[in-house]
Amino acid sequence: MNETANIPELDIDPYADANLLDPYPMHQQMREAGPVVKLKPYPSVVACARHEQVHAVFNDHATFISGAGVGLTNFNLEKPFRPKSLILEADPPLHTQTRAILSRILSPKAVMGIRATFTAAAEALIDRCVAQGSIDGIQDLAQRYPLKVFPDAVGVEDDGRENLLVYGDMVFNSMGPRNALLARSAERMVPVTEWIMTHCQREHLRPGGFGDQIYQAADAGEITHEQAPMLVRSFLSAGVDTTINGLGNALFALAHHPDEYARLQADPTLARPAFEEALRWESTAQTFFRTAVRDCEIAGLPIAENTKVLCMLASANRDPRKWPDPDRYDIGRRPSGHVAFGAGIHGCVGQAVARLEGEVVLTALARRVKRIEVAGPHTRRLNNTLRALDTLPLRLIPV
Amino acid sequence: MPDITFILADGRELGLTAEDGVSVMAAATGAGIPGIVAECGGSAMCATCHVYVDEAWIDQLPAPLANELEMLECTAADRQPNSRLSCQIKLSPALQGLVVRVPDRQQ
Repeated sequence: MNETANIPELDIDPYADANLLDPYPMHQQMREAGPVVKLKPYPSVVACARHEQVHAVFNDHATFISGAGVGLTNFNLEKPFRPKSLILEADPPLHTQTRAILSRILSPKAVMGIRATFTAAAEALIDRCVAQGSIDGIQDLAQRYPLKVFPDAVGVEDDGRENLLVYGDMVFNSMGPRNALLARSAERMVPVTEWIMTHCQREHLRPGGFGDQIYQAADAGEITHEQAPMLVRSFLSAGVDTTINGLGNALFALAHHPDEYARLQADPTLARPAFEEALRWESTAQTFFRTAVRDCEIAGLPIAENTKVLCMLASANRDPRKWPDPDRYDIGRRPSGHVAFGAGIHGCVGQAVARLEGEVVLTALARRVKRIEVAGPHTRRLNNTLRALDTLPLRLIPV
Repeated sequence: MPDITFILADGRELGLTAEDGVSVMAAATGAGIPGIVAECGGSAMCATCHVYVDEAWIDQLPAPLANELEMLECTAADRQPNSRLSCQIKLSPALQGLVVRVPDRQQ
């Protein structure tokens, strides 16, 4: 019996513009079709859209590896567009070594140390937005805040930080197919590559910042000095576009759910769960891939060695098998177990910083803004991996 | 299917029966035990599922791995010799009757 026949095949392209614009009907179709599905346009891929399987794949890093890339491209067969990441696209034992350094630099304890600075920056920015009254929630707030606080913490100079937006867009587009989105991103990246590489070098990093701390780990012999700039690069690629869209999506959620905003406004200590629920409801990183290192099974179905496994994070976060009333944005929910930061050994190493950013921005907003009104239609920035807004016109009604 | 008792910071005792193979954290959040926040969902990344394991049980658990030890330095409530992350304690029939105390804060 050909067991592979038990895996349903859908004629769906997750990277088609319509699906990037509104992925939720597609997610539902994939979840309902089965625990594992095949996608006609991508014969070397199987996809998991339910929470249980996404979680299981992420927690079995020995079978489902990252070293062959966490996008559609299989690095066993094709060359990556940039030298492989030493953490995102690495497996143990290398991953264990680099991860230990980053997780120390970004630990909850270290995050306590940046809390006051991040809070002050959030309050100053929200004051400015309130004074403006009508804002673009993306340009004036969701982009501006992480572009200020995170590169400051890493120790990157002020000039040219907008290059980080181009780089983030490129990195996350590169995890999809070679479509028009990637081509456009790659074109914009040409003049930026050198800036990124230069700013991974020690002489461009403020002593004592997160970036410099990586070089200190190299001084201590934990990694080589050749590896250090590569790990700094991970800060620059993963630390900005992600939180920008996390904040943008949270603003979108709150602006479109005035009752939930009223709850937050009445009790600003709900800022942290409100941000967390926004991550579940509208997940920034929609997808990540793993690669089967051997013939194996998912949900009892056979998966051949070298198959790319598409894990649909955003779909898992709205799987009704896991979440009651999953399409509802409810800041009273305890969404522990959502996979917006991934899970397992590759779970986002910067998640404590991301949560801090979300918490302090939403707290400052709740303290100063009575109501958030949608002031016009929003537009989306399509990206092969990220759920991103381009514009979000808002009116802030002060307390 | 071990029975576990959670002793909350205010002294209340809450019991539940959990499935083998799940973590103490997952059992607690599934049952809505107050005081177990578990923001990271079980990746040993946030130290918000911190518990104090009852002295009678502490030696019966496998020793914490490096990532858990590192996170235990980041707990909001004081770290004690019996501090563990409940997401890293996997339940089995051998843990029938396990007792853990929930600290007064996780953040």
